[in-house]
Amino acid sequence: MGLAFVPDQEMLRRIREVGAVYTRIYLLRFPKEITDQPIICQLAKQYDTEFNILKATILPQHQGVMVLELKGHKSNVNKGLKFLKGLGVKVESLATSISRDEEKCYQCGACTGICPTGALYIRRSDMAVLFVPEKCSGCGLCVTLCPVRAMEVSLDRNGTLPD
Amino acid sequence: MKDCKVNKTYEEINARIKAGEAVVVSAEEMVEIVRKNGPVEAARRVDVVTTGTFSPMCSSGAFINFGHTTPTLKAASVWLNKVPAYAGLAAVDIFIGATEPAEDDPLNKVYPGEFRYGGGHVIEDLLAGKKILLEAKAYGTDCYPNRKVKMDVGLDDLPYALLVNPRNCYQNYNCAINLSDRTIYTYMGMLKPHGKNATYCSAGELSPLMNDPYYRTIGLGTRIFLGGGVGYVTWHGTQHNPAALRSPGGTPTRPAGTLMVQGDLKTMSARWLKGVSMQGYGTTMAVGVGIPIPILNEEMAAYTGVSDADIVTQVVDYGFDYANRVSRNYGEVNYAQLKSGQIEVNGQKVPVAPLSSVVKAREIAEILKKWILERNFFLTAPVVPLPSAPGKK
Repeated sequence: MGLAFVPDQEMLRRIREVGAVYTRIYLLRFPKEITDQPIICQLAKQYDTEFNILKATILPQHQGVMVLELKGHKSNVNKGLKFLKGLGVKVESLATSISRDEEKCYQCGACTGICPTGALYIRRSDMAVLFVPEKCSGCGLCVTLCPVRAMEVSLDRNGTLPD
Repeated sequence: MKDCKVNKTYEEINARIKAGEAVVVSAEEMVEIVRKNGPVEAARRVDVVTTGTFSPMCSSGAFINFGHTTPTLKAASVWLNKVPAYAGLAAVDIFIGATEPAEDDPLNKVYPGEFRYGGGHVIEDLLAGKKILLEAKAYGTDCYPNRKVKMDVGLDDLPYALLVNPRNCYQNYNCAINLSDRTIYTYMGMLKPHGKNATYCSAGELSPLMNDPYYRTIGLGTRIFLGGGVGYVTWHGTQHNPAALRSPGGTPTRPAGTLMVQGDLKTMSARWLKGVSMQGYGTTMAVGVGIPIPILNEEMAAYTGVSDADIVTQVVDYGFDYANRVSRNYGEVNYAQLKSGQIEVNGQKVPVAPLSSVVKAREIAEILKKWILERNFFLTAPVVPLPSAPGKK
């Protein structure tokens, strides 16, 4: 009945699943000079990846911010990312922008009811509340719902991505 | 109980604890023990069952005496980190309530409000060793001429701090859904329209009053784990309703009994008393409570053998029914179903999330077990029993 974080079978299965069809969620920052260009469509056209825009704020003459899910062969995803970087887009894994304060979190599980991607879920065998950052889409619903504000999503330098 | 096969007294159990011979198990472990051996054999083997619960519990707070100032002051209004405390008690005695929001909180003006800081957070900050800004205003008297005080105080600076929670440990609680056509923000969390999600708030088989459904051993003076320290049951709680509908095993199927508990705040810890912000509802405090149940006879063994599948609650609509006090439910579910993450309401599968931490409830039961096994914690017989269900003593 240890309370330390140990990946269980369910989590290992999830990690393997993610490995087979390479799916990752990225946080992209577009320099203001290129926000008027069609870029994301090239990821499908030239690099044979599927994309899903989860969140985006792209305005003319402003730095754009986008949360993008990319799916495809690992080599294609990497080529696509290289293409983006070549245009001056700053790319980081979204998982690194999302964190849970383990001191604050008391594992009630309220967040699991609203998490749309299953990144926050309950291991039913012992009712432990677990967080898999790689599955998080950065929607931020958990941030204000968490009774002790244990979740932190920082997508841009001012805090969270504007709605 | 005269016609019981096993009969133990509090004195005998405490003597066994003292001798290091007591058998102490958690309420989760007791389920299997009773299932395998039956209640009589379980009562022979087990002396104490430990329970636990950790969840937001409104009707919590602390009495604080902040000490006399020079010149003296008879505080009329007091704020702790901008959270108003009740000062109409005496010169420097106050009560800080868990659900009191900071005075400058925007509340629900921008709906749903975030309620970042309130009385529960003040209590947590004191326990975490932080200094609190205490501000007081007074009208001035001959014996208390001071009109105004502003000072930083920590828990160590306070001559007296007593956690007093007039209603904790609800014996069962509703499973909440929202059948209206808009999202609502309640003390049961965010509820999507058209019954698309549900929440519940009980530790089920680990919960103290589920293991002593008729309050045979839990009463006035029962020594307990409270907020990481030692506390006592000092009365039945507000809204205590022993007459609630019950299952054949004795556990209520509706919100029923409650406990008033108190203990020295200075023995407690910020790990087990946490300020809570419920979006759109307000602030409150998550409280950790653990109660040891002496297995006096096979009847107590049978009660403590209760499992999640045996404990039932009702599904209540918070979109209209709760606010309008419509006495109606949308079926019953048991805690095994609730803990599976999905229930069925009106023939629809509904995802369900808890607000009460099973992980922490289990940890509390384990800590209490350790205290008893290390002979640092002994059981007390109730001085006066709590009001019980009609016909049950």
